[in-house]
Amino acid sequence: MIKRMSLFNHLSLILGFSFLYVPILLLIIYSFNESRLVTVWSGFSTKWYGELLDNSGIINAAVVTLKVAFLSSTLATILGTMAGFSMSRFGSFRGRTLFNGMVYAPLVMPEVITGLSLLLMFVAISLDRGLFTITLAHTTFSMCYVAVVVQSRLTSFDKSIEEAALDLGCPPLRTFFLITLPVIMPAVASGWLLSFTLSLDDLVIASFTSGPGATTLPMKIYSQVRLGVTPEINAVSTILIGIVAVGVVITSIMQKRREARLTSQRAA
Amino acid sequence: MNTLTQKLSDLPPSRWILSAMEKRGIEGRTLTVMVPYIWLLAFFLTPFLIVARISFSEIRIAMPPYAPIFETVGETLNFNFWISNYTQLLEDALYWKSYLGSLEIAFVSTVITLMVGYPLAYGMARAPRKWQLTLLMMIILPFWTSFLIRVYAWIGILKNEGFLNHLLIWLGFIDQPLHMLHTNFAVYIGIVYSYLPFMVLPLYANLEKMDHSLLEAAADLGCHPFKAFWKVTFPLSIPAVIAGCFLVFIPAVGEFVIPDLLGGSSTLMIGKTLWAEFFNNRNWPLSSAVAVILLLLLVVPIVLFQRYQVRQAEQEGR
Repeated sequence: MIKRMSLFNHLSLILGFSFLYVPILLLIIYSFNESRLVTVWSGFSTKWYGELLDNSGIINAAVVTLKVAFLSSTLATILGTMAGFSMSRFGSFRGRTLFNGMVYAPLVMPEVITGLSLLLMFVAISLDRGLFTITLAHTTFSMCYVAVVVQSRLTSFDKSIEEAALDLGCPPLRTFFLITLPVIMPAVASGWLLSFTLSLDDLVIASFTSGPGATTLPMKIYSQVRLGVTPEINAVSTILIGIVAVGVVITSIMQKRREARLTSQRAA
Repeated sequence: MNTLTQKLSDLPPSRWILSAMEKRGIEGRTLTVMVPYIWLLAFFLTPFLIVARISFSEIRIAMPPYAPIFETVGETLNFNFWISNYTQLLEDALYWKSYLGSLEIAFVSTVITLMVGYPLAYGMARAPRKWQLTLLMMIILPFWTSFLIRVYAWIGILKNEGFLNHLLIWLGFIDQPLHMLHTNFAVYIGIVYSYLPFMVLPLYANLEKMDHSLLEAAADLGCHPFKAFWKVTFPLSIPAVIAGCFLVFIPAVGEFVIPDLLGGSSTLMIGKTLWAEFFNNRNWPLSSAVAVILLLLLVVPIVLFQRYQVRQAEQEGR
């Protein structure tokens, strides 16, 4: 076996991961900096976190963002699961090529185009822009991510269990809820989480589709970043990174436990 | 869990929906396809048709700020069809320079991302099994944290009185701060940094499955490991290289946040130009024309990428 790690392999791993993580670590460290000058260290302090609580603009934006993220990711999960299920179980139906195209294209579509086109449509049907339109826009691109995740889970899962249930007279809808959904649940859950973070993160599409009164957190951060680097933004970013990191760690632990349980069940 | 879902599907609302569907002869199967299908037609395809149509309109000072296709002037019905938005794109150097600039920056960044990402993915694939899952999670984790925040983090590092200049001066490499922020260099770093996971994931998935007996055979026949890499490993990983390059190149062409925050006034990228045309100049028809041309530029790579995706999905299904 020549599968031995060379010096080059070690070096590329170390350099690669430092490149990925050092910027984030620096950002977190400087959020605890006493000084307003972001790059000069002058002692540990949590005062920027305290000032965040008084900044009603940022708090309001965070509330809007969470509402949009929650609504759009839930809707996207339902639609995306339906789309993923259709793509992997229904073989070729009429309009399948167009359907595939519409599912994969938003994944690589430049955000400026998606944002502009949705805005022009909302204007054309004179829909008032705000929280609702941002939610519609986010649902549209998130559902495609969910569809791809669910589809790839379904293709690796044994179709014969579903077929057995159907043969024994279980109605299709109940088969889906009793057999398919429990099996693909991890994919559905990670699709929801992915949609949630995509929505939490989006600046461009939200800027196009939002109206007066609905400012999301990325829009708020962006408008302040244009004025320069500030410790408050570092603090907001650290909180967001913290939430995401905790979420990812919890889900991966849950998944590991689930897998461990499944393997012990199989062994028994 | 099972009894809960069973109860849910027995509840009156879902029973009513089912019986209503049966009466009209709609199968559950049809409904499952129709709902996401109609959603995507309404919110993905229709908006593009509207963009295409507005790109042929004349700008008006009104709300919405463009002329309708049909309008009555006095007693005559006018059919408004303008191509002047497109001729303006050709005549004004700003636009075609932005398109070329986007393609160039995206291409250079894709090459750099491949050169950074390949050794990383290769190292991951050769790492001990027990590490691999953790390493994989560490690649995915930055992808979950905010894109905007990750770009913002680089401002603090690259600016004149930023972390990198402090470090280089302290190490004695330079005595004057280097001007790095608001240059194309910063844009390259931003794109490579943001899109690195997209490059590493397909490469790792491919390299990890690689059959090591091929390399052993090459070594047994006296092939130097370096040559074996170029003769065996790299050619076998080409599908993943192509997938990774598409995943970086396509979104990088239309990128807005990175050139806007890290690039300077000389960084011409079409995403930035479109944004300025829309939000600063409020010229909706012209920005629609910019979007249509950008989409046409990306059609070839997007179609190639989709073919690849569908083929991969089919192969996995087998």
